[in-house]
Amino acid sequence: MRQFSYLRPTGISDAVAALAAEPTAQLLAGGTNLVDLMKYDVAQPSAVIDINGLPLKEIETLEDGAYRIGALTTNSQVAYDAGIARDVPLLSSAILAGASPQLRNAATSGGNLSQRTRCYYFYDPSTPCNKREPGSGCSAIGGVNRIHAILGASDACIATHPSDMCVALAALNATVEVTGPTGARTIPFLDFHRLPGDHPERDNTLQTGEIVTGIRVEGGRFAAHHSYLKLRDRLSYAFALVSVAAALDLDGDTILDARVALGGVAHKPWRDPLAEAELSGQPATRDTFEAFASRLLSGAKGQGHNDFKIPMAKKAIVRALMQAASGRPQVQSEKRVREGESL
Amino acid sequence: MDLGPARAPSPTIPVTLTVNGRRQQLELAPFVTLLDLLRGDLALTGTKKGCDHGQCGACTVLVNGVRINSCLKFAVSLDGAEITTIEGLGTPDNLHPLQKAFVEHDAYQCGYCTPGQICSAAGLLSEGHAHSREEIRELMSGNLCRCGAYTNIADAIEEVMAADSETTVREAAE
Repeated sequence: MRQFSYLRPTGISDAVAALAAEPTAQLLAGGTNLVDLMKYDVAQPSAVIDINGLPLKEIETLEDGAYRIGALTTNSQVAYDAGIARDVPLLSSAILAGASPQLRNAATSGGNLSQRTRCYYFYDPSTPCNKREPGSGCSAIGGVNRIHAILGASDACIATHPSDMCVALAALNATVEVTGPTGARTIPFLDFHRLPGDHPERDNTLQTGEIVTGIRVEGGRFAAHHSYLKLRDRLSYAFALVSVAAALDLDGDTILDARVALGGVAHKPWRDPLAEAELSGQPATRDTFEAFASRLLSGAKGQGHNDFKIPMAKKAIVRALMQAASGRPQVQSEKRVREGESL
Repeated sequence: MDLGPARAPSPTIPVTLTVNGRRQQLELAPFVTLLDLLRGDLALTGTKKGCDHGQCGACTVLVNGVRINSCLKFAVSLDGAEITTIEGLGTPDNLHPLQKAFVEHDAYQCGYCTPGQICSAAGLLSEGHAHSREEIRELMSGNLCRCGAYTNIADAIEEVMAADSETTVREAAE
């Protein structure tokens, strides 16, 4: 590993100042992604700013029933928080679908948002990669691309965002709280991550020196009808090939509001709010969900090895919505198809 | 590999860790992982390096009672922490219940993943989120066993979990 200097600020403003002063520095929280990337020489920070001493480790209940999740809360802390598990179960479920208990014990909420793609070419410095080295080319286009994007990709990059947690946060219209050299601001979750376009080296819309301090998410509304369905190469401890966060607000069998976000298919959690809006007033039936899934995937394009993701995503969307509608969300410890549940 | 212009060596950082009950005052370069510190300077080679990338769980230890992958932690970021490794869980004369159960259930073949499996299982038991065999399997998924001893590993953990809950029930009744 390369040499780097190590800083340990104790306040948010000190951390922001350190990051703004040294743009080649990187923040260290749980370390589960950054330390790995440094071992592979993909991340080459001149300085590591250890922010574990900052006061961002609380989960607060707000007056309107929303939750404010500090950026340094661990994934386990959030997933097993009694309030979050009761009022925002889609978020708990998505977190527990990701990584392993050891990783969830170390990884933080802010770090989860900021993690990099798991594209194998991004991880291999001996190959061209526009995300790692802008302008060098994309090895995945025309290469081995089984895990890559089917939506929103560009000629420069077909990488996917690897998070499960972020897929739920996207569905729930969370907001990201950040603090930078010019002060604090909030970013709607759908605007936090970005599509690759011509600048795949930029994963998100944070400005230089900005630090994620927290995530705000509404509680209660979708607790009765939700599901996080994750499909992957093994039953646990693997990144999603396709995942679906589905949340429904129902009046009897009629849809009042529907949210669907997809993971493993794009450079950011994928949503289509216009298609979701058209679900309002419709019956929560398989026919409705199949038509919606087709529309959500209408722009999908395979790269060769990942063509299978398109029909897989379609089935996953319908199944997750059926689970949500029936009030029987996907259980993350028991993944066999249950009795009475059709594929 | 192009390493670019040479960077000055990182100065060492003072770090205090309590490892298996013994307080250690250390001066560490920032790039030293907890795993390399344990196996190198501290000569606690029970903790194993498998993948060194958080993908296998062989390096699992308890930090302040919580299981983590020691390969993905810079030791300097753990100042003040209490670390428990397999050496701190039990001794040959006084095995931890999980160590005893792993022996009795033949929960290994080559044994390389075993210290990580046992530390992980200790973390799982104290977390208290597993209540069934399926949940044990899911919440032990961060520990790979390439010999494939999973069935016996789950048996061993299930037995200790059942004994723990019996003790809890008995204590509650008393």
